[in-house]
Amino acid sequence: MASRRDFIKTTLAAAASLGAAQRLRAEATVQAVPARAAEAAALDLAMDALDAARAAGASYADVRIGRYRNQTIVTRERQVSSVSDSESYGLGVRTLVDGCWGFAATSTMTRPAVQAAARDAAALSRAARTIRRRRVELAPVTPVTGMWMTPVRRDPFDVPLEEKIALLLAANEAALKVKGVRFVSSGVSQRREVKTLVTSEGTNVTQALIKVGPWCSATAVGDGDFQSYEEELAPRGEGWEYVESLGMPGNAERWASLAAEKLAAKPVEAGQWDLILEPTNLWLTIHESIGHPTELDRASGLEANFAGTSFVAPPEKMIGRLRYGPDFMNVQADRTQEGSLSRVAWDDEGVPADQWLIIERGLFKDYQTTREQAARIAGLTGVKRSHGCSFAESWKAVQFQRMPNISLLPGERDIGVDEIVADTERGILIRHSGSWSIDHQRYNFQFSGQAFYEIRNGKVAAMLRDVAYQSSTPVFWNSMDLVGGKRSYWLGGAFDDGKGEPVQSNSVSHGCVPARFRNVTILNTGRTS
Amino acid sequence: MSAQSGAAAAGFGLLSREEAKALADRMLRLSAADQTRVHITSESHGNTRFADASITTSGDTADTELTVTATVGRRRASASTNVLDDAALKRTVELAARLARLSPDDPELMPELGPETYIASDAFIDRTAGLTGDARAAAVKRVVDAALEAGKPAGSVFVAGYLEARARTIAVATSAGLFAYHQTTDAELSVTARTPDGTGSGWASAGSRDWGTVDPAALGRVAARKAVASRNPEALDPGLYTAVLEPQAVNDLVPLLAGALSARAAGEGRSAFSKAGGATRLGERVVDERVMLYSDPADPNLRGAPFDNEGLPIKRTVWIENGVLRNLSYTRFWAQKQGKQPTGAPLLGGLTLAGGARSTDELIAGCPRGVLVTHFFYIRSLDPRTVLQTGLTRDGVFLIENGKVVRPLKNFRWNESPLLMLNRLEDIGRPEPTAAGRMMPALRIRDFNFTSLSDAV
Repeated sequence: MASRRDFIKTTLAAAASLGAAQRLRAEATVQAVPARAAEAAALDLAMDALDAARAAGASYADVRIGRYRNQTIVTRERQVSSVSDSESYGLGVRTLVDGCWGFAATSTMTRPAVQAAARDAAALSRAARTIRRRRVELAPVTPVTGMWMTPVRRDPFDVPLEEKIALLLAANEAALKVKGVRFVSSGVSQRREVKTLVTSEGTNVTQALIKVGPWCSATAVGDGDFQSYEEELAPRGEGWEYVESLGMPGNAERWASLAAEKLAAKPVEAGQWDLILEPTNLWLTIHESIGHPTELDRASGLEANFAGTSFVAPPEKMIGRLRYGPDFMNVQADRTQEGSLSRVAWDDEGVPADQWLIIERGLFKDYQTTREQAARIAGLTGVKRSHGCSFAESWKAVQFQRMPNISLLPGERDIGVDEIVADTERGILIRHSGSWSIDHQRYNFQFSGQAFYEIRNGKVAAMLRDVAYQSSTPVFWNSMDLVGGKRSYWLGGAFDDGKGEPVQSNSVSHGCVPARFRNVTILNTGRTS
Repeated sequence: MSAQSGAAAAGFGLLSREEAKALADRMLRLSAADQTRVHITSESHGNTRFADASITTSGDTADTELTVTATVGRRRASASTNVLDDAALKRTVELAARLARLSPDDPELMPELGPETYIASDAFIDRTAGLTGDARAAAVKRVVDAALEAGKPAGSVFVAGYLEARARTIAVATSAGLFAYHQTTDAELSVTARTPDGTGSGWASAGSRDWGTVDPAALGRVAARKAVASRNPEALDPGLYTAVLEPQAVNDLVPLLAGALSARAAGEGRSAFSKAGGATRLGERVVDERVMLYSDPADPNLRGAPFDNEGLPIKRTVWIENGVLRNLSYTRFWAQKQGKQPTGAPLLGGLTLAGGARSTDELIAGCPRGVLVTHFFYIRSLDPRTVLQTGLTRDGVFLIENGKVVRPLKNFRWNESPLLMLNRLEDIGRPEPTAAGRMMPALRIRDFNFTSLSDAV
């Protein structure tokens, strides 16, 4: 287990020595499940749609054909609550006419239907011309042909359902052994996205992306009280072998015992505390307070009506100037990282996967971009290419900027959480992610966790409950004074991160090390507070 | 009537009642399982996003999704597809049966429902279903022009927003002879205006089954006026303040009670409506006695779904009356176990919070000192025992003094419970449409718990 979680290979130095594309090629040769080419009939339809888009006046068009498979198994206690399996297949076409976007999608996979969708998209482009301030300009990309698949040893859709159910029910059985634990919920979501992208510039790529998201939680009921504990089982861009590696049946009793232990835990004393966050908690704080504010569409106001804008704006005042945190803080964006959820070979505009620094030595360096966005800030960053952050959740959703994996890189001293605890006089240690909320410019946040411990004189003293930490992003990251090293790195992630209107889901991983933050506001969220 | 025949929906390329029935019957015939249920959704959807006073994306989609739920003995599973050729339909029916056979016995399995009767819910409005991309662009232009005009005192405001229209037909059929069909539409338009100095932001939104009731220019004006008025906000120390919540803010909070209304969660001791020993708080006064909370798909202001995914009829249910918890939501299994009638989920039949007749302005006028809230953002649960939530205010927070809005305030984070706050009710307004299937009033709440300041604008 430890070795699997300590797999970071992409430190700053490593990134320089081994290119992303090189690693992807090397890996493709050892893949257990081979990548597949696009279906010929589907490719014909894609070309028909492209031709129709051009004939309707599109200066640029791209067509995505997607076949999406999802399976979710949900269990509670000794029974299966539901098994559901879905497939969705169709075609989406995006057009640029006079610098305005249009998009249309259909599940009717016939030549007339896809041609009609292309004409509809072009008509929407033309309708948009009446209300626009600037033309869309796309950063250049070299057309590419190829195929790629998430390297997996066991495609989850090839694993017998009995085996999956048996694993989950064994975990539940183990959890129910704990005195006071009355409810257990476990399950696994599995996703396979097979998508082909063709563009009017000549790109033609097919990818199969595989993701698994397991969970396990227990609820203990006491005298008029109840407490839940959910183990942080990170979702990953891996095959079924990852779910097996978690050892759910062997570990669930230990996990569930924490729910029972929480019933008797001491309510936290609200106030200012030093805070030690384990990677299983910190990944979500990174997601919300670094991942989202450094999306260029937020910084430009494109998300103002829903997800919000960003304090990391305007770009000309932020790039190379904003001090995000201490000078040992390095944050990397990466769409190549092994096992991560947003790993691809090409994004949904055919841009090759990239790896770049968002924060370098504590200073904000660059945003997450698509082709349209990269062209807008190329003069500030000197980066002419898109960072390859275009993604659509399905064939019937238009692609837009979505978060790549964003990770806090390990510190130079190779220490773990134990050394950080030993170095802390009075503090609170938090494990796993709990309730989370952050404002629409990503300043004020409040996060909780699953297990909380009081630290006294360098030692874990007692379990606490009802803990939440609240801070403002720039203050919080600048209060970080100690981070773990390479051996304490762990990759967490979100299976379903929502953004956009209509809301689309994106899967994204965040790697990090444990870290300490000084003088953070701690709240007691218990019902007696 | 149209709700029965589906003729209106068929005119927009959606499955009519007859087409849905034919497709469902075909699936039922293909199935060799002991019991089978087919759920079909046929949908067309158009949306237009805008920002910086420009359309940024616009899309039209059409799709039909079909889910087969197969039962073999006491084993049950589902498979879905949107591929409607013979091979895919057969594959999906077989996959559902295979998954069911592989699943363990479900001790909570309920037999599929036979024929049922449903109340009429006339929820399909042609002018919503027929809203074209050109018409959406024209509506966006009205929003943007009105916002730019109303925002002039602050310079050139940044205008962003979203417009969508959706038309859908839903059918459920079972091997026990049930067939249910419903057609519905939704439209939603929201707009945000931000002042060029970066210190002011305003928002307005409207949603309805009927696009004709949405006034784009009025929304643009409200958002821009709020943006202008919210410039240069002052910091008010966090603490307990009387809050006037506009109907959209109430719409963000009160529907979160739905989870706590689960009879099972209450009976299992893990809800705010639980009592020791497996009892529930049914029949107890749980909020202020003026409060009434109900779902009713037949209410012309709600036009909710008349059945759920199993084909279970959804009827009028009063959850809270005179502040007393009158009903909890029962699934079919839990209802049978407890000897109750199943209700389906609380939000399916729409949701109305009622109890007063005054306008938002009147609630403000009756407030000596308080905080006016436009809407909330990023709400997350903190403690299910009290339905305690955390979140933030957004797009216009103002100080009220002597019944008048006197100046803008910085945004707050708050930790508050929709259940507990309804026990600190000073006044309740008249229900107003906040979204399709939602009617919420403005509320004046004593001691709303604003916990910290946010620098976000």
